[in-house]
Amino acid sequence: MSEAGAAMLDFAQNHLDLFGLPSRFDMDVAALEERYRTLQSAIHPDRHASAPETQRRLAEQWAGQVNEAYRVLKSPLERGRYLLSLHGVDALAPTQTSMPAEFLMQQMEWREELAEARGDHAALCRLEQALQQEHHGLLNALSSQLDELGQYEVAGETLRKLKFIARLEEEVGEAFEAW
Amino acid sequence: MALLQISEPGCSTAPHQHRLAVGIDLGTTHSLAATLRSGSAEVIPDERGASLLPSAVRYCAGQPPVVGQDALAAQTTDPLNTIVSVKRLMGRAFQDIAEAAQLPYRLLDAPGMVKLDTAAGAKSPVEVSADILRTLRTRSEAVLGGELTGAVITVPAYFDDAQRQATKDAANLSGLNVLRLLNEPTAAAIAYGLDQGAEGTYAVYDLGGGTFDLSILKLSRGVFEVLATSGNARLGGDDFDQRIYAWILSQTGAAQPSPRDMRLLLAAARDAKEQLSDASSVPLALALGNGQSVDLVLERAAFEEMTRDLVQQTLLPCRKALKDASLSLQDIKGIVLVGGATRMPCIRQAVAEFFGQAPLTNLDPDKVVALGAAIQANILAGNQQTGDWLLLDVTPLSLGIETMGGLTEKIIPRNATLPVTRAQEFTTFKDGQTAMSFHVVQGERELVADCRSLARFELRGIPPMVAGAARIRVTFQVDADGLLSVSAREQTSGVVAAVAVKPSYGLSDGEISRMLSESYQYAQQDLQARSLHEQLTEANRMLEAVAAALASDGDLLSAGERQAIDTLMAALTEATRGSDAGRVKVCLDNLNAGTQVFAGRRMDRSIRHALTGRAIGAIAA
Repeated sequence: MSEAGAAMLDFAQNHLDLFGLPSRFDMDVAALEERYRTLQSAIHPDRHASAPETQRRLAEQWAGQVNEAYRVLKSPLERGRYLLSLHGVDALAPTQTSMPAEFLMQQMEWREELAEARGDHAALCRLEQALQQEHHGLLNALSSQLDELGQYEVAGETLRKLKFIARLEEEVGEAFEAW
Repeated sequence: MALLQISEPGCSTAPHQHRLAVGIDLGTTHSLAATLRSGSAEVIPDERGASLLPSAVRYCAGQPPVVGQDALAAQTTDPLNTIVSVKRLMGRAFQDIAEAAQLPYRLLDAPGMVKLDTAAGAKSPVEVSADILRTLRTRSEAVLGGELTGAVITVPAYFDDAQRQATKDAANLSGLNVLRLLNEPTAAAIAYGLDQGAEGTYAVYDLGGGTFDLSILKLSRGVFEVLATSGNARLGGDDFDQRIYAWILSQTGAAQPSPRDMRLLLAAARDAKEQLSDASSVPLALALGNGQSVDLVLERAAFEEMTRDLVQQTLLPCRKALKDASLSLQDIKGIVLVGGATRMPCIRQAVAEFFGQAPLTNLDPDKVVALGAAIQANILAGNQQTGDWLLLDVTPLSLGIETMGGLTEKIIPRNATLPVTRAQEFTTFKDGQTAMSFHVVQGERELVADCRSLARFELRGIPPMVAGAARIRVTFQVDADGLLSVSAREQTSGVVAAVAVKPSYGLSDGEISRMLSESYQYAQQDLQARSLHEQLTEANRMLEAVAAALASDGDLLSAGERQAIDTLMAALTEATRGSDAGRVKVCLDNLNAGTQVFAGRRMDRSIRHALTGRAIGAIAA
């Protein structure tokens, strides 16, 4: 079939399809970066600098689309959220507020620890390590819930936990700065 | 004006026809232009052989402005009409200028941007910058022997939208076609990276006369990816001069000096600072206009003590950029120094201590930015069709919208890779609300009052609904120049409002055209002729581009589609033989519209090719 008659690439297509990557949470980051560079090398407006204006404008739009897709796929949290949205789950919707009591208790303990650790470098390091471990565990859980078990509602809860942890880690980072 | 020559469309696509393009570093202290000649970037010197043009402009009544060394020489004899360091005033309102009292000018509180009162009338910083750019354009065209296709103009990475827009306005005013606004540290990285064949993650520490930038870039197989940028748009070598100046005043007990003495002292302070890069002490002997004389010795140690906090201020953006890029010091393979102020030993030492390694200084810090810009200009002018490297830059400051209670809702975060488009939905506050006003701001603070106000616009004609029912989608788009445009659309009714963000502090289109008609170069020249010239240049460029596209991808069109494009091209070619700018514009727009589908198919093909190429590579690996 001639290209003239071929279906056009869909501008709003799935981020993963755009990057030619499988629809999985587990991601080969090196491959993602490589494809990002390959795509930008083909479509970036600078590569179409002497093309007709319409094409330059199109290049600008495509480049923006590729940047957005890359931003989402690069971040595990955003990638998980995106994959869930493809399965019809809006994991971080404002209505999604329920959390297991156990996690909320743990969360409160960490917050107290953080409040007490301000100015105490060793304590901040300990807290940081604990959070990193939790973060890592949640990512593993998310990966198996999304890629192996197909438990999307459960994965949504894992994602919300991850978001909590990420925010806490940010605050720990700020406490280090202030120190 | 000279008649323009237009070649036959078929002949104008000669692939080796070299288009003249320059990179321009429009600096606080000095400016320069560079171009690519036989594969390497070179600075374009003036007729005296000097490559750096002092960024000084002197205005005398009824005469064309004097730019450069001759203006600088007059700064003590004619201080009020000789403007230096105008870059610090670009895109700034009168009340933004904290150091107004230390500036030896008559500043005018004009609406929008501040103005300077001179013997040749009130001058906007945009006009002063345009005079500097015009000098460089004339110099470049004389040396290169022809009209420039365009220029890449560099700006500090930390410049906000108003400062970028002001720079672009200045370039347009000077008659330059702006191919791109390029961030200074990024330009330096291009020159450095291509010169040294560097790979890995580098920091560019750029301390200029009036601005400080710190950018972190990843150089990987021809892709220059800016990971994060930070800085301070009000910190530079000038501030070091000010410290010496203040010290001299405190030592001599002099009262507020006259504008003339102020210039004399500031020039002496700069000299002393430069000498202290090599000498351990420097004598300061001056005779002031009021009869007082200055006879002092400044030790390097004392200088470093009085400027220590300025050096420290540059380290905060270093930390911020590393944090934003999620990198630690160990990840940085090298630090490139840019800007004349990085010659100070105290800067080199502070950078070495902070990063734990000696900075790289093998390229001239005064020229490296213009050289990098020249390389990018060559590509964007279309001289290098298949460039083997690509630049991915970021926006330095977050962009957002004011919401209830004077809070900023960020829509595009800082360090987002360009070009970027992001949308967010807002809703009405009151029942039956039919209009909504938007206040676009830039900055990192939560309160709108602490951010920079960029523009205000309104969306009207929203159908009356209960509060919270309307869905207004606000889209922010930042192009590859780092310039923002904003649009708003009510989703249920389709009512649209859009603004190209002309910053509140910027110049209106009316002001620009008034400046154009007033400026010396165009005073006698018919503005219509200029408009025709611009249309013809654009038409020529378009005809060339379409012909080239047809030559390489003509197979994407059916015979009928091809015929339609050929007809539109013939119409445009015909129009360019006449002198009706309006008609050229209509034919140009028709050709643009008529090649839309073709453009889409070509993009499609290049994406497919990219992905296929990758797939083959993956199998081979």
